[in-house]
Amino acid sequence: MDLFEYQARDMFEKHGVPVLAGAVATTPQEARAAAERIGAASGGVTVVKAQVKTGGRGKAGGVKVARSPEEAEEHARAILGMDIKGHTVQRVMVAQGARIAEEYYFSVLLDRANRSYLAMCSKEGGVEIEQLAVERPEALARVAVDPNAGIDAATAREIAEAAGFDADTVAALEPVLVSLWEVYRDEDATLVEVNPLVKTEEGAIIALDGKVTLDANADFRHPEHAELEDTAATDPLEAAAKEKNLNYVKLDGSVGIIGNGAGLVMSTLDVVAYAGEEFGGQKPANFLDIGGGASAEVMANGLHIILSDEQVKAVFVNVFGGITACDAVANGIVGALDALGDEEDRALVVRLDGNNVEEGRRILAERNHPRVIIEDTMDGAARRAAELASQN
Amino acid sequence: MAIFLTADSKVIVQGMTGSEGMKHTQRMLRSGTAIVGGVNPRKAGTDVEFEGGVTVPVFGTVAEAMAATGADVSVVFVPAAFTKAAAVEAIDAGIPLLVVITEGVAVKDTAEFYSYAAARGTTRIVGPNCPGLISPGASNAGIIPADISGGGRIGLVSKSGTLTYQMMYELRDFGFSSAVGIGGDPVIGTTHIDCLEAFQNDPETDAIVMIGEIGGDAEERAAAYIQEHVTKPVVGYVAGFTAPEGKTMGHAGAIVSGSSGTAQAKKEALEAAGVKVGKTPSETAQLMREIMQALSA
Repeated sequence: MDLFEYQARDMFEKHGVPVLAGAVATTPQEARAAAERIGAASGGVTVVKAQVKTGGRGKAGGVKVARSPEEAEEHARAILGMDIKGHTVQRVMVAQGARIAEEYYFSVLLDRANRSYLAMCSKEGGVEIEQLAVERPEALARVAVDPNAGIDAATAREIAEAAGFDADTVAALEPVLVSLWEVYRDEDATLVEVNPLVKTEEGAIIALDGKVTLDANADFRHPEHAELEDTAATDPLEAAAKEKNLNYVKLDGSVGIIGNGAGLVMSTLDVVAYAGEEFGGQKPANFLDIGGGASAEVMANGLHIILSDEQVKAVFVNVFGGITACDAVANGIVGALDALGDEEDRALVVRLDGNNVEEGRRILAERNHPRVIIEDTMDGAARRAAELASQN
Repeated sequence: MAIFLTADSKVIVQGMTGSEGMKHTQRMLRSGTAIVGGVNPRKAGTDVEFEGGVTVPVFGTVAEAMAATGADVSVVFVPAAFTKAAAVEAIDAGIPLLVVITEGVAVKDTAEFYSYAAARGTTRIVGPNCPGLISPGASNAGIIPADISGGGRIGLVSKSGTLTYQMMYELRDFGFSSAVGIGGDPVIGTTHIDCLEAFQNDPETDAIVMIGEIGGDAEERAAAYIQEHVTKPVVGYVAGFTAPEGKTMGHAGAIVSGSSGTAQAKKEALEAAGVKVGKTPSETAQLMREIMQALSA
């Protein structure tokens, strides 16, 4: 899960990372009230910043300096509701103004290739870091971080020195980098990025903008992370699926997909899109993995979610029974269709193989449901489902 | 001979007495695996009975189990919250092969126990979030169904469990030396490259199927490795061409970030290394079938 900037700011503050005062607002009036509170300490000056989980908001006009609470309200009115790269701005952060002398960059992230962590640091912050990495890689220091050792004071100095900072700045950065590491470690993050990390005219180091990605697999250690989720932005079908513990991603095609195992389901989407080229570009409507050892109930829940998507014109159930038993899958299909009754007229193409496949096919054949079509191969079934979706 | 796992492998199960552990220990026993013990400190000293009158002793620690049985493989079924502790215990005991089946392990935990194992250099880790590995007819460490395919001369390495099963099913007329499910997490112990290297060196493997998916750049690095070091024929498959950017597709590691980790880039890298890449699992199997037929002609 990616956090909003204001959530990252709060998390930084909790771990002792120096940040500016800031508050989130969802209306211009709230922004004004926040600016009155926060601006008092910075001569009335605040910055109104769009809260969107994408880059480039400054260029899009989503960040504006306000000289007064009235101006903050005006800016908030202009920014709220703005569209930035397909993200509608629902909230702004009103942050204290600061006199910035220099802008730096720092991040610590998961390094998949080395199965380790990587710290990156540069004296040239405030720019697109991907661009800097390509154009002037020498300006971006990369230091491997051992997951068990982490970033202690010595490693923090090593990172800052590698980025070419002078001795005074290295000393000033050291505790900040250690605190940012603590955010990464203690919150189970996979990315903590500060861009820019600034030095003010007074010489203080401050994390001015933060990006944090949290590992959902670590939620069991962090029940408080549930509150950070942007539930309003979640697709309603994805939310319904999550409630049923189903692994579902909404896409925008016409062929509903249910399968078992993430790899097989991803592959099923591809095979459907590939077969769909022949039928006017039919595409998969979703990703849904019912998992290993799925029961009839899980199958039925999955089918209900898929069929409540009005974009779905046909459904493809693709199961290779490793642990999952095909008879349970077949029972789930039959049960779900019986529960839906006669109003449901979309076709269900089913391909079963593996564990207990004969029994699964027998159950489907015996029920002889008019909307269920059994196919022998994955490619054949994908083709059939795409064809049926194109006719509906 | 197969890779990593042979008929001589002696396997223990951490978390054997839990419901998943019991179910899969039974399945492993049925497929001929030498299961020599289970580990559970609260049930140490007891025996667990499986079908056909087979009893498996339970030990308090991995070290005790190894000392008493000569075990050289441990399969981990403990819940995600306890996986790191189980892995560290096995690494401390010096188990040569540690297969972590558990899904949903926090990436920090995996990074920590992987790095811990790497520093010691005595334990190969497969997984986590994987189906394990099978050398059909010899041994089975994990949850891959043993009845899909028998032994043969194809080596298989895959990030995905069900695509492993699908591919074994498609090529069951040829059979496999070993099939290794390396798992779909962002941090995994054994990589495509490790398996490619082992298959290249395995005299009982003639050709290799490599299955990848979106996320990270493991497939690109494997492609570079193949170009440099693998002389046996390799056929590839990559899942996730239709995955949208920024969405995790089931596996924690299966995510396209910006323009990196795409299926298209992986396919292109593999093809540039001379690997034939199938558009569907069946087409991939067909490519391998042609290679195997040519090799036996």
